[in-house]
Amino acid sequence: MTPLVSIQGLSVAFSGVPVLRGVDLALGKGEALGLVGESGSGKSVTWLAALGLLPRHAKVAGSVRLDGREILGAPAATLDQVRGGRIAMIFQDPASALNPVLTIRKQLCEALALHRDLSGEAVKAEALRLLNLVGIPDAARRLSAFPHEFSGGQVQRIMIAMAFAGNPDLLIADEPTTALDATIQAQILELLATIRREMGMAMVLISHDLGVVAENCERVAVMYAGRIVEQAPANQLFADPVHPYAQGLIGALPPLDGPRRRLTAIPGTVPDPAHMPSGCAFAPRCSLAAEPCGAAAPTLAPIADDRAVACIRAEASRRALLGIAAE
Amino acid sequence: MGRYFAIRIGRAALTILLVVTFAFIVLRLSGDPALMILGPEAPPEVLAAFRKAWGLDDPIWYQYLDYFGAIAKGELGRSMRDGRPAIELVLERIPATLALTLPAFAFKVALGIPAGIYAALHRGSAIDRAVMMTAVAGFTVPSFVLALLLVLIFAVQLGWLPSGGQDSWRHAILPIATLSLGGAAVLARFTRSAMLEVLGQPYIRTASAKGVPWRKVVTSHALPNAAIPTVTILGFMVGSLIAGAVVVESVFAWPGVGRLLVVAVANRDLAVVQCILLLVALTMVTSNLIVDFLYGFLDPRLRAKGVHA
Repeated sequence: MTPLVSIQGLSVAFSGVPVLRGVDLALGKGEALGLVGESGSGKSVTWLAALGLLPRHAKVAGSVRLDGREILGAPAATLDQVRGGRIAMIFQDPASALNPVLTIRKQLCEALALHRDLSGEAVKAEALRLLNLVGIPDAARRLSAFPHEFSGGQVQRIMIAMAFAGNPDLLIADEPTTALDATIQAQILELLATIRREMGMAMVLISHDLGVVAENCERVAVMYAGRIVEQAPANQLFADPVHPYAQGLIGALPPLDGPRRRLTAIPGTVPDPAHMPSGCAFAPRCSLAAEPCGAAAPTLAPIADDRAVACIRAEASRRALLGIAAE
Repeated sequence: MGRYFAIRIGRAALTILLVVTFAFIVLRLSGDPALMILGPEAPPEVLAAFRKAWGLDDPIWYQYLDYFGAIAKGELGRSMRDGRPAIELVLERIPATLALTLPAFAFKVALGIPAGIYAALHRGSAIDRAVMMTAVAGFTVPSFVLALLLVLIFAVQLGWLPSGGQDSWRHAILPIATLSLGGAAVLARFTRSAMLEVLGQPYIRTASAKGVPWRKVVTSHALPNAAIPTVTILGFMVGSLIAGAVVVESVFAWPGVGRLLVVAVANRDLAVVQCILLLVALTMVTSNLIVDFLYGFLDPRLRAKGVHA
């Protein structure tokens, strides 16, 4: 079966500085994938590059296939069909993501007119249905309001309505709740999950919040310094992370149940993209780093049916983790 | 909304009052009209009679109140040179000035705004750099230098166009060109930076991400937002339609309001100068009010603030 989206060897450089260094990722129909990693690890850039949304000076190479068809570097008309129609995207800061001088109706109807065979009254009716769907109270009246007249959570709901307007097969949610407070966060995620279930839509949830990803995704990919370092089903990754970086991320997370334990921090900082260490980018911060780690960047290799990790010390890492757990 | 404009109209009236007061005081403290108009050889009793006739020997506060009393009756004073009402002298010069400033305004908009938009959309390209270099040149070269340069090339060297006067439409070409080039440069720079600012906003990415074709992203998402700062500069340009050509009118011997102002100031022809300044303040303030109104129209966020302010 061809995956819905398959990304191969995707790399991006901004004025000669590589920020994405060969990303391989595949996504099945209806699947929910979490993409985690520190800021600057390339989570958002991966999808902005895939959809051709990066500024012109970004150098993008590799392959992004949608239903087996290459979309990287496709003509503008093709990309306009894909964006919003096949793959929709919502962003971190809802307050600035909507055009301040256009009404909600105008922005919603624009998306509907682009991707659905609707016209006139039908467009308006559908816009109203979408606003109701995402839970905007008094939707009929609020359609003619401007973005600044809504709260942050409401604007994100409107963004979601706009993303669903084109009946996409995949929604990229780029830190959709980071700018919102905790209660609103839960509501928005719940809303996303409900609509996604109803529409059978796939989702990529980009987040640095592991808890959010654990709850909402079936599979997780961990990114570090422009590469995917580990991929696994969500429950397996959280129970048994293999890559030392993934272990570090999860070790920094307080457990809700079980005995209290000391939280661990990953020493050091993310390397500067302009001065990447040779070999494994995580090696300078890794407690298990050995001499061969500096020789060549490890490739993402399968370690089980649906798991892959990019670490030559994976076995040692696993043993080390088990050792800690046995204490 | 009503309050938004009430406050602005109040401020506008205050601005006009300040301009008029300032002009009134400075003009009276900086020279004696009797000496300027009658000449230093005039006998003292003639000078004294002149001062008495025009009320110049009254205390300044008395003259000031007198001036406002006259304005209240619709009187703007008479020229001390030929005794005609100042307003008449000024009004008959306005068509000549507008004959230069209106076409120049149209050219500024028609050249500057598209050039700025194009440069922003093709940032870093050769055309962007060419537009910006021209704009910086147009921005920094003073208008009298540009005027003289154009005269040197087109009147003296090539002999295509007259260097001054107001006998035919050909006489208007060089003054209009001088006014247009500088203004278009300012407008191009401003439009470009407004556009670049807007194009970097997240909502532009949102529009692209939902599949809006780039051309439509520019026209229906970027331009309405970039119009907001651009309108400010357009307001200034509209405000200077009456008195924005002082230098150019002087260089090209064009008998407009600007030239009248220069002559009236040199002669301390008080009523005429005050009349022109009042008119200038009125147009400036009116165009600022229009800009404020346009802001409310272009930016829904300001509209809302006006309601609750």
